Amino acid sequence: MTAPPLHTETKPLLEIRDLEKRFPISRGMFRSPTEFVHAVDGISFDIAPGESLGLVGESGCGKSTTGRMLVKLMEPSSGHIIFRDGDYERDVADVPRSGIKDFRSRVQMIFQDPYESMNPRRTIFDTVSEPLAVQHVGTIPEREERVLDLLRLVGLTPPENFLFRYPHELSGGQRQRVAIARALVMNPTFVVADEPTSMLDVSIRISIMELMTQLGRELGVSYLYITHDLAVARYMCDRIAVMYLGKIVEIGPTEEILARPKHPYTKALLSAVPVPDPSYRRTPVEIKGGISKAINPAPECRFIQRCPFAGEVCEENVHPPLEQRGEDHFVACYRVEEIERGEVVPH
Amino acid sequence: MSVSQPARTDPEVEDGGVAGLVADDLTAGKGVSATPIWRVRLRLMRRSIVQNWALFRENKMGMVGLGMIAFFALMALSHPILMSTVWDPAIYDPVEGYDAVLTEYTVVEGEVTDPATQIDLQTARLERNPTIDAGDVITIPTQPAAPTVSGENPHYLGTDVRGRDILSQLLYSTRAAFFLGAVAAITTVLIATTIGSVAAYFGGWIDGGLMRFADLILLMPLLPLLIVMSAAFDINMVMLGVLIGLLNGFGGVAIVLKSQALSIKVKAYIDAAKVAGGGDWHVIFRHIVPNVLPLTFLYMMFGVTEAIALEATLSFFGLLNVPMTWGVMINSAQTAGYLLSGFSYWWLLFPAGLAVSFLAFAFFIVGRGMDEVINPRLRAR
Amino acid sequence: MTTSLENLETRQIDPTKPLLEVDDLIMRYKIKAGEVSAVEDVSFTVHQGEAVGLVGESGCGKTSIALSLLRLLPSNAEYVSGEIRLNGEDLLQLSDPQMRSRRWKDIAMVFQGAMNSWNPVYRIGDQIRETLDTHYRGEMSYDEQRAHMERLFTSVGLPPQMLDRFPHEFSGGMRQRAVIAMALACSPELIIADEPTTALDVIVQDQILKELKRIQRELGMSIIYISHDIAVIAEVTDSIGVMYAGKLVEYGATSEIFARPKHPYAYLLLRSTPSITGPRRILAPLEGEPPDLLNPPTGCRFHPRCPFATEKCVVDEPPLADIGGGHRVACWHYDQVPDLEEALVR
Repeated sequence: MTAPPLHTETKPLLEIRDLEKRFPISRGMFRSPTEFVHAVDGISFDIAPGESLGLVGESGCGKSTTGRMLVKLMEPSSGHIIFRDGDYERDVADVPRSGIKDFRSRVQMIFQDPYESMNPRRTIFDTVSEPLAVQHVGTIPEREERVLDLLRLVGLTPPENFLFRYPHELSGGQRQRVAIARALVMNPTFVVADEPTSMLDVSIRISIMELMTQLGRELGVSYLYITHDLAVARYMCDRIAVMYLGKIVEIGPTEEILARPKHPYTKALLSAVPVPDPSYRRTPVEIKGGISKAINPAPECRFIQRCPFAGEVCEENVHPPLEQRGEDHFVACYRVEEIERGEVVPH
Repeated sequence: MSVSQPARTDPEVEDGGVAGLVADDLTAGKGVSATPIWRVRLRLMRRSIVQNWALFRENKMGMVGLGMIAFFALMALSHPILMSTVWDPAIYDPVEGYDAVLTEYTVVEGEVTDPATQIDLQTARLERNPTIDAGDVITIPTQPAAPTVSGENPHYLGTDVRGRDILSQLLYSTRAAFFLGAVAAITTVLIATTIGSVAAYFGGWIDGGLMRFADLILLMPLLPLLIVMSAAFDINMVMLGVLIGLLNGFGGVAIVLKSQALSIKVKAYIDAAKVAGGGDWHVIFRHIVPNVLPLTFLYMMFGVTEAIALEATLSFFGLLNVPMTWGVMINSAQTAGYLLSGFSYWWLLFPAGLAVSFLAFAFFIVGRGMDEVINPRLRAR
Repeated sequence: MTTSLENLETRQIDPTKPLLEVDDLIMRYKIKAGEVSAVEDVSFTVHQGEAVGLVGESGCGKTSIALSLLRLLPSNAEYVSGEIRLNGEDLLQLSDPQMRSRRWKDIAMVFQGAMNSWNPVYRIGDQIRETLDTHYRGEMSYDEQRAHMERLFTSVGLPPQMLDRFPHEFSGGMRQRAVIAMALACSPELIIADEPTTALDVIVQDQILKELKRIQRELGMSIIYISHDIAVIAEVTDSIGVMYAGKLVEYGATSEIFARPKHPYAYLLLRSTPSITGPRRILAPLEGEPPDLLNPPTGCRFHPRCPFATEKCVVDEPPLADIGGGHRVACWHYDQVPDLEEALVR
């Protein structure tokens, strides 16, 4: 299976091909598992250099698992993640033990919970300089200088005041700034951000989002931005990929997806998002039931149970491939055109 | 690399005591500390100790326990001082000393009406010589002797069955108790922290193997095992400490610390450390162990309690190769048949028995006090 | 979805009649370091059949208000002054047993985090039955209780046979539905919903909010929604109160406040909320951090972060004054705050 091609001429920073992650459901100690949760089920996409891609979906759709595989916190069950950074080109799954530190200096991660992503017993200096320390970069005074630079960069000024504080002495917003500093300390080219603002208050959320966008642009960092919040994704991402039960069902430029969603699931997701305007009337959500788990899923479309447009073609074929339905806009649905033309009514 | 970012100053941060402390050490603008990092760290460590002490101090039981431990420490320290100053080693040495306390007896024929002052003719002849007759007054060294506060060599807590000073033995044994407690506790902690953290971090067969072994040790009855081992081998204090530490550390404490380590392993900062490039051992020793450590200290306290109690039990049965401990004191009273004598020979049993109980109790309540510092949930509002 | 409210008691409502009146409520927590002024001088009225929203960021005192209304505060909390009147009766004057009997019957609560509101070892039905037992001792037979619970479950869109299941067998959304059924068990006049959908996915959130709205309309109940999510509040409420650092800074009709927020904090909060509709506008971040309620700022509590602040704001505390049409604002310079529409179109 090939991934939807990118509009850019340059080679993509990341090529994800048929990525799969299955978790065995263990049934006792000596029996080999027969059931698997297909958390990520053969997804393919590219990320261009400097691009920010949003991975959107409900909890359990596999978006975090994908992010963790990209930073090598988890090994894929199968598939390839080709990562290119200048002359560096590797399949993330095949990075040998000796090359892991090199890889770690190029790919970093920002975590969701600013209260849990820092060791409470280590100072801000220890936290931010950890990548430098474990990779033996520079002397201690050099590391200190670098940490001070970064704290200044993420807006913690004067940085001297933060250097030897503990995480619990900082507010949530300040901690998330520290987390960003830690992610950027090695000058990475690619950062996975897993819901970095979902635990923050609205007023602080915007400044963190702005900071990430600005630093991404100025330092040439690409993001994979994992979120359940489409409104946040709209402000952070150039493109959005919508995931449902381990599959990407729709991928395309952010404003295009928000304005002209094509997959029935994306449509439902968008019409379910509350709008901060009491006079606005949303279109009613048309799908039924709740999300389930992809345990040994049937080969047909993952969304078939909840889809109001499901028909024979969906039952008889395997999960639909991503097909181009607009400029850079790809949808995995057999009935897109029929739905567009109004030939099928929801049932 | 320069990014213009509006300066965000937080009023809360600027006037904080610590911030002030640290900022003083940094030359403004230059960026690098004027003070070397290890000194800043030392100050941070001192501050955290001060803070924890302030928390601990609020716990009354803990403070009582600490007071009791301090008292025992004074007792341990006083022994060598007393031996080299006021106490004559020949008399007061806890193991080799001997003081003949003489008692006058009137030799009577027939019934002895007062065993403290009278002795019957037959016993007196057996004891001294056949020439003694009824009506004579003889002096016999008596052991154990009741406490005396006057005289040339006063025995404030009396003497034992072999004429040795009980107070001297008591003070001397305090040192042994501390020593044993320390050895056992440190061994427990080293073993349990390593086993617990490694099992939790690696999981899989390493975890399975270590934990089954821990279960095995936990299931083994500790006391009978120690009795058998001390009967088979010549066990001294250090060996006993290490043995108790090993059994404790491999068993229950390792299981508790593993579950604590498991709760830390799933924290996002462990993932963050891996993404930073940290290897397995970096993550274990820099992130998991320091966060298990407070609980470790707690079990160290309980470990001391257990070691002291176990030593007393084993010595009571006379199974250890140790010259003098509280347990040995009770054992010598027991072997001489004074165990069931009740209150009439109280100095043989009570000083050592109470010392064992109190020191064990002191460490236990200090542990409970520390528990409240470590677990904010237990803290009263 | 087969839901029916026909069999549940519906109330005749008079939307002009006040149901709950909160007057000058001051509540503080005593901690070692001093007094935390968690709720400071808060007044608002909930009318019959009205849905009121309280919005604010974490630590602004909105949950403290909810717990105050139910008198479920921790032991170190102290009501300094004020009245909470339900149908004219001051709840703060009631004895503890009196309050206990009111608690589920007159005011019920839907807590945040539905998993924690159920005991995992009992069937959901048995847990609802326990509530019925407490409030209708001897008045309902076993079969009547069962019938009532089945009606409750049907009315929140759950199959009645789910009553015999354990909490872990429910999905997040179903659990929250069951929590709502539990809240309806004694047909209260007022439901307090504290972040009722925070942990849920958007599609489930949408279903739950719709359910709550429908139940409220059809049963003639009043609901107080408490949330940090302005978009959620915008959709389900008639009136909203914006809270900042323990104080109510703005109160009024939802449509009015969203169109013309007059308090700088409310204005900035709305400006910093991203939306998926409308043009992609510039979001304004709120500078600084919320204040420490141990030592709240003098004068207006928002002045350190307020772009409109003057000397007066540092010294004098602005009252919550009516600026017409029941729209109340606590700000000296509310007339300088621009209309949101203008600012956004720019």
